[in-house]
Amino acid sequence: MTSFYDEVQGFRARYPEGSRSAVLPALRLAQEKHGWLSREALEETADALEVTPAFCYSIATFYDMLHLEPVGRHTIDVCTNLPCALCGAQRVVEAFESELGIRAGETTPDGEITLRAVECLGGCGYATVVAVDDRYRQHVQPETVPEILGELDG
Amino acid sequence: MAEQHLVLLAGADEHDLTQLAEYRAIGGYAGVEKARAMTSDALIDELQKATLRGRGGAGFPMGRKASLIDRKSPKPKYLVVNADESEPGAFKDREVMARVPHRLIEGCLIAAHAIESTDVFIYIRGEYLAEYEILAAAVEEARHAGIFGEVQITVHRGAGAYICGEETALLESLEGKRGQPRPRPPFPPIQGLYMAPTQINNVCTIATVPAILELGAEEFAKTGVPSSPGTAIFSVSGNVVRPGNYELDLGTPMRELIYEHAGGIAEGRELKAVIPGGSSVPALTPGQIDVPLDYDSLGAIGTFFGAASLIVVDDRCCMVQLGIRSTKFYMHESCGKCTPCRVGTRWMVQILESIENGTATHADLELLDSVGDNILGKVLCALGEFAVYPVASYLRHWRHEFVAHIEQGGCPFGGSSSLEGIIAPSDMHAHTPAGEEALV
Repeated sequence: MTSFYDEVQGFRARYPEGSRSAVLPALRLAQEKHGWLSREALEETADALEVTPAFCYSIATFYDMLHLEPVGRHTIDVCTNLPCALCGAQRVVEAFESELGIRAGETTPDGEITLRAVECLGGCGYATVVAVDDRYRQHVQPETVPEILGELDG
Repeated sequence: MAEQHLVLLAGADEHDLTQLAEYRAIGGYAGVEKARAMTSDALIDELQKATLRGRGGAGFPMGRKASLIDRKSPKPKYLVVNADESEPGAFKDREVMARVPHRLIEGCLIAAHAIESTDVFIYIRGEYLAEYEILAAAVEEARHAGIFGEVQITVHRGAGAYICGEETALLESLEGKRGQPRPRPPFPPIQGLYMAPTQINNVCTIATVPAILELGAEEFAKTGVPSSPGTAIFSVSGNVVRPGNYELDLGTPMRELIYEHAGGIAEGRELKAVIPGGSSVPALTPGQIDVPLDYDSLGAIGTFFGAASLIVVDDRCCMVQLGIRSTKFYMHESCGKCTPCRVGTRWMVQILESIENGTATHADLELLDSVGDNILGKVLCALGEFAVYPVASYLRHWRHEFVAHIEQGGCPFGGSSSLEGIIAPSDMHAHTPAGEEALV
């Protein structure tokens, strides 16, 4: 199995020498490995990229998909931007909130599921769009919420 | 039902064009052969004659952009494809990458030949995971088939930041920095990625290039309208019967797109507003929708072609709420570099919320306009303007609705607006789900 360090060297090889372009793929990989970008994850990334942890942190704070606090084993991101909102995204958020017993922005107490409202996912014609572990579900209605959650249990 | 004119998406209904063999079977990659038989000068001439205008929003002619690249520079020349589609309302690039990835790759190879580049980067938004997988697989398949020659194509994933769709912010992000826009000049053709000459184009622009080689620039320029040749994939969302992507000739009347292709307003309701280019552009009233869908016609009535993405709004929607939700997005996505945008977008949200909840006065309407005026033209990139343009248009066309909020001391929709209770990511931890009392 390729080590984290070696895999990051593979990313670096795709970009000109001396550039820091590999930082996003490296942080993404660290997040996959650690679940979120803990101090340890940022330090490991910094070592592999030969940059400071502070630099990695400065990048991680900029991007919404990089998590600086623990998230659930599953993530549910409901688009609530205008096109989805016009088609009832709020009812979908409420259905998830009520099924999970948490509010958007929170994680279930067992650490299983993080529910978030997110900005436009680019599926506006297929509202409401929900990204479940980064995979899009389209045309989601409040009634389809239990089914989506049921699939996660399995 | 009215017919579409499929150019970018040609063949995708009948064939699985994610497969190299199927794309080749319909004549795919013939354009690269033609292009490579031409000198870069001749190819740039051909692209200029086609007057293909950038589909990302600015509408700058693609061939003219290519002509600005200093091909004699000792530095590498870069082609960067902007696949960071993030404008609310836009989902066209996503369909191109998912269904005709080889057409995009072919466009890259042709454009790279024009600017004598061997290094292509496709910057795809991080959320587009399925599209990334399809595109990356297509790149690998084409590479193994030996189609690339000297060219390297790298697909680079973003990580969730609307601002990275702004071309200089994209370059910063691709260089491994925070995605904050650069001051211009220098413009990217002079000093772009890694300080080298760089051509940046939207996915749909590059994916149209093979059609120019196939038809010849002269024939291509006869399609669409003279000032904007070709087709565009129009994303239609919101309150219509058949939302989705429709590829049509530029110059098609907006009414035809909304009422024939997209089936008109859903549930038999009345049309209230159309935001024609993605959420960042001025909205149009029902009386304005006979406008032809092209850059100049939309510009002439004070809005923008933008990302060819129409958000259709029916009569249930409160325009103040629309302004709040739109502005919260731009507030959330402001990179923070320029103070007028960073602070002004927050201020706009506060004023709009005070109008919505009935605590504003008439003077706040002037204040809202004034905050907007102090963002416009005082920031490095267009994001600040994208926050201001739509709200200024709601205030201009639906001023009576803003005034009604102030005079009635609250929202005249009384909780029945289609956006009632919608939360934005910036509200998380601060809202109360329906049916629960506030936790005070």
